Amino acid sequence: MDLLYKIFLDPFVQMGAAPDLLLQTLWEGLVGGVLYALIALGFVLIFKASGVFNFAQGIMVVFAGLTLVGLFGVISGLGNVNEHVAAFAALGLTVGVMFVLAVGIERLVLRPLVNQPDIILFMATFGLTYVLIGVGELIFGGEPKVMITGELFLPRGSTDWEVFGGFVSFQHIDLAAAIIASLMVAGLAVFFSKTRIGRALRAVADSHKAALSVGISLEQIWVIVWFASGLVALVTGIMWAARSDVSFALQIIALRALPVLILGGFTSIPGAIVGGLIIGVGEKLGEFYWGPLLGGGIESWLAYFIALVFLLFRPQGLFGEKIIERV
Amino acid sequence: MFYREAGQYKTSYVADQAVFPIRQDRYGIAIILLVAFVAIPFLGSTFLLQAVMIPFLIYSLAAIGLNLLTGYTGLLSLGTGAFMGVGAYACYKLTSVFPEVNILVWIIASGFVAAAIGILFGLPSLRIKGFYLAIATLAAQFFLQWCFVRIPWLVNYNVSNAIEVPQRQLGEIILTGPNSTPLTRYMVVLVIVVVMTWLASNIVHGRIGRMWMAVRDQDIAAELMGIRLLPTKLLAFAVSSFYCGVAGAMLVFLWYGGAEADTFNINQSFFVLFMIIIGGLGSLLGAYFGAALIFGLPILLRYVPAELGLPLHSATVEHLSFLVVGVLIIFFLIVEPHGLARLWQIAKQKLRVWPFPY
Amino acid sequence: MRLKGLLIGAMLGAMAGTPALAPAALAQDGIYVPLFSYRTGPFAGSGIPIANGMSDYLNMLNARDGGIGGVRLIVEECETGYDTKKGVECYESTKSKKPVVTNPYSTGITLQLIPKAAVDKIPVLSMAYGLSASADGERFPWVFNPPATYWDGLSMIMKYIAGKEGGFDKLKGKTIGYIFFDGGYGREPIPLLEQFAKTYGFDTKLYPVPAAEMQNQSAQWLSVRRDRPNYMIMWGWGAMNPTAVREAARTNFPMDRFLGVWWSGGEDDARPAGEGAKGYLTLNFHGVGADYPAIQDIVKHVIGKNSQTPRDKVGENLYNRGVYNSVLIAEAIRTAQQITGKKLVTGEDVRRGLESLTITEARWKEIGLPGFAAPITNVSCTDHNGHHAAYMQQWDGQKWVKVSDWITPMKEQVRPLLEAAAKDYVEKNTGWPKRTEACDKRS
Repeated sequence: MDLLYKIFLDPFVQMGAAPDLLLQTLWEGLVGGVLYALIALGFVLIFKASGVFNFAQGIMVVFAGLTLVGLFGVISGLGNVNEHVAAFAALGLTVGVMFVLAVGIERLVLRPLVNQPDIILFMATFGLTYVLIGVGELIFGGEPKVMITGELFLPRGSTDWEVFGGFVSFQHIDLAAAIIASLMVAGLAVFFSKTRIGRALRAVADSHKAALSVGISLEQIWVIVWFASGLVALVTGIMWAARSDVSFALQIIALRALPVLILGGFTSIPGAIVGGLIIGVGEKLGEFYWGPLLGGGIESWLAYFIALVFLLFRPQGLFGEKIIERV
Repeated sequence: MFYREAGQYKTSYVADQAVFPIRQDRYGIAIILLVAFVAIPFLGSTFLLQAVMIPFLIYSLAAIGLNLLTGYTGLLSLGTGAFMGVGAYACYKLTSVFPEVNILVWIIASGFVAAAIGILFGLPSLRIKGFYLAIATLAAQFFLQWCFVRIPWLVNYNVSNAIEVPQRQLGEIILTGPNSTPLTRYMVVLVIVVVMTWLASNIVHGRIGRMWMAVRDQDIAAELMGIRLLPTKLLAFAVSSFYCGVAGAMLVFLWYGGAEADTFNINQSFFVLFMIIIGGLGSLLGAYFGAALIFGLPILLRYVPAELGLPLHSATVEHLSFLVVGVLIIFFLIVEPHGLARLWQIAKQKLRVWPFPY
Repeated sequence: MRLKGLLIGAMLGAMAGTPALAPAALAQDGIYVPLFSYRTGPFAGSGIPIANGMSDYLNMLNARDGGIGGVRLIVEECETGYDTKKGVECYESTKSKKPVVTNPYSTGITLQLIPKAAVDKIPVLSMAYGLSASADGERFPWVFNPPATYWDGLSMIMKYIAGKEGGFDKLKGKTIGYIFFDGGYGREPIPLLEQFAKTYGFDTKLYPVPAAEMQNQSAQWLSVRRDRPNYMIMWGWGAMNPTAVREAARTNFPMDRFLGVWWSGGEDDARPAGEGAKGYLTLNFHGVGADYPAIQDIVKHVIGKNSQTPRDKVGENLYNRGVYNSVLIAEAIRTAQQITGKKLVTGEDVRRGLESLTITEARWKEIGLPGFAAPITNVSCTDHNGHHAAYMQQWDGQKWVKVSDWITPMKEQVRPLLEAAAKDYVEKNTGWPKRTEACDKRS
């Protein structure tokens, strides 16, 4: 009875007793969710267009962040360069690096492996992960680095909003992350629905063969999606690293985008976003209100369980296409 | 010239269905076993036994386990590390509660515990498949690892949250613990791995194996043919987890000698998955090839620069070996997406007609 | 197709080739000291400065004095990536070169090596990490973990808190939060913390951080905000530390009530949080900064020549931690040379050296590190730790500043726990060897 009370009533009593904390938890969950959604978005873009389950998305986040900070270090070491100029120059160069990476991946990995089973392509992205770890550590070293938030004009500090006899604290960087992520998603949505390349991309996602037969270049589309998800990785890297550091430990967090993918479906961009928010909020609420019952730290598997339970009812995910199997 | 089956007649179905129908293959296996049982124990250094052969065999067994599930039944799993952990913790609990029973019994018995847990986490496989299932097995990975940290009963309330392998003997021979020699442990591992490989080979060549493969190739068609999907998939989970559990118990008892929860983390799962993909999905031999490549290559790479006299720092070597392993994975996939086992088959085909291919 | 055949051949060749490679560098004319380090992987941030400090000091001894007692040290790093598997591999590959001491630098690896040490006759030096119970020299003759155990660390933190509050009796009714790495390392102090809580009547709140969530601690810190503990104690490592410091600053937790163990006190742990980290406290058992003659010698003899250390990183906290570790090694070797009269000491000799290890204040001065650390005087055959003093340091926004005197641990509280744990360990391991090693008289 006591246990039932603790599971079903106590958390809600707590929520009612301290609504400011509830709001804060929801906010933290949303911010975490935005970041999960960004990583998941990177996965979805690639999966949609090329059917590759890109395991390297996590390390791409780290790699993009490292490149940015590393290039900034090089540029500002050149002499008296304005730090903001240097930061944006580094940002531009990093975008260039991500483009070269996308071309390289398409040429050296995807093209020779075209038409192979999914699991082989999946494995190839594991290989890619190793290569990026090796190259990243070789060039930039393994030390964690501080993200150049100030130089990129990203806000710091926080605003406290007094409410319900308590306060909810909003970090400016989190607000910025939410805004930038929304802008980015909106940009991608426009890109996919209005531009020629975007339409071609959707055609490829529907059917490779049909797209090829109307003269769409698959290679070009692949470069574009890998580049786009490289950009998403860069934004994710900046935002996440602003909260902690750029370090190789970050790649573990990328795994958290996987339950988001289950929830949202592998092929749906809105799914990735809604799924990310659900997972983000769900795990924070779970950890904060129900975690203490189990001694805390349940966040590491809660997201997977939410996704798993969900899957049993809707195996194709929230917005995934209904899988019709033919024998 | 040497590898030719001309003149080898099969006079019964049994002979034709044998696992090694060709005489040269049988000789080959005999030679490999001879090397493993005689040459390596006599000639190998402790480094070879302790740091190369024992882990290689243990990983091969885990890879066979995963291959039964992923390669033969087509169910992708990322929970291997956790299932290995279940085996290790089960073995530790069993031997500390019943120390008088021989440890070898418990190593095998721990496989059954892992199998039970495997069935539990295999249940979603009826509804979901492919990458969705892989992510669902990640739930097993993270949840079980959390249990290893959180349930002090599992480690007998050890303050350091670690399991330490007690000394166990078979008669006068010390099998586990710090006083056991690498040679003894190697022989134990070898016997278990060989026997279990033989069992696995019989399973996959028999009715069960064919059922699994039917499910892998097209589960709806298999169902129409009268194969009940849920029991078949769960059986695959059970057998696979059994193998992984035994491998995990051996990992701790016959190799590490102690472990923390973090030993069975997600990287362990990926590590074994790499092995079967590189080695060849749906091939027992591939499991060995994969384990040799994925486990052996980094070790080898560490010693190459030193041997060549290159003054590289140990960290640089590590970075380079990451790079090289990554490149080689991609390279192998491009050269032969079906794994090293397929390369081996191709090589055998060539050998058959060598030196006159036309 | 030929290529494929070649590859298979190469693989088989590789398998056969390894045994020949490993024991290659056997010939030695010096004392072989392998250093297990991790400059890669998720913990590299903490691992790199330590590895730099460790190898720089030993290389400096080689360059300045020609080694120890006229014998050169053969220093070799082995990269573990903080991965137990690679650590065991490192151990096996270095074993054949007759190391005089092993530095696992990871609790996971230490646990694997503890049972092996007695068999292979190579002492294990796990400096202020590893298995706390291994401080019991009667039961673990081959394992050493000076200068202090985690339990000592916790008792020193409690003493500091009590001092701030005006006595242990003032702790009654207070709440102390404990945020920790969810693994053996972070869980070890919990029994002692709970014992303290019972004795002094304060409440504890536990906030575990799982390994995969090191950089994602907002839920833990929200709980901190809810529970409003009076003090927070942290047992963190690697990427967990800077994230925790940032989150603490974000939740407006008073930083001068946030105290970390010695492994949570890197410059890079506090610096990223900027102004917000000001006031953060950690324990430390050695000095920071490069103003010591010995460290100046490192700059003179090693930096820029035989070192990976950037000049401006010399003297940072974790760098000096590495130096401290190497001082222990060097002094143990020197003591072993004195006891045995041999120049080329072995692992067995160094074990005796470690057991008689004494670094008095005068000796610290002599080796060029005056006042660097508390004198090492309590290591003995029965006590392989010594339970030495540490001090509290505070982050002033730029660097660490010493803010307390040397705090001695509450040995009387720690020792019984420790012996119980050691007894438990030995009982679980039937057939654990009895100590047969003789005890040297202190000279």
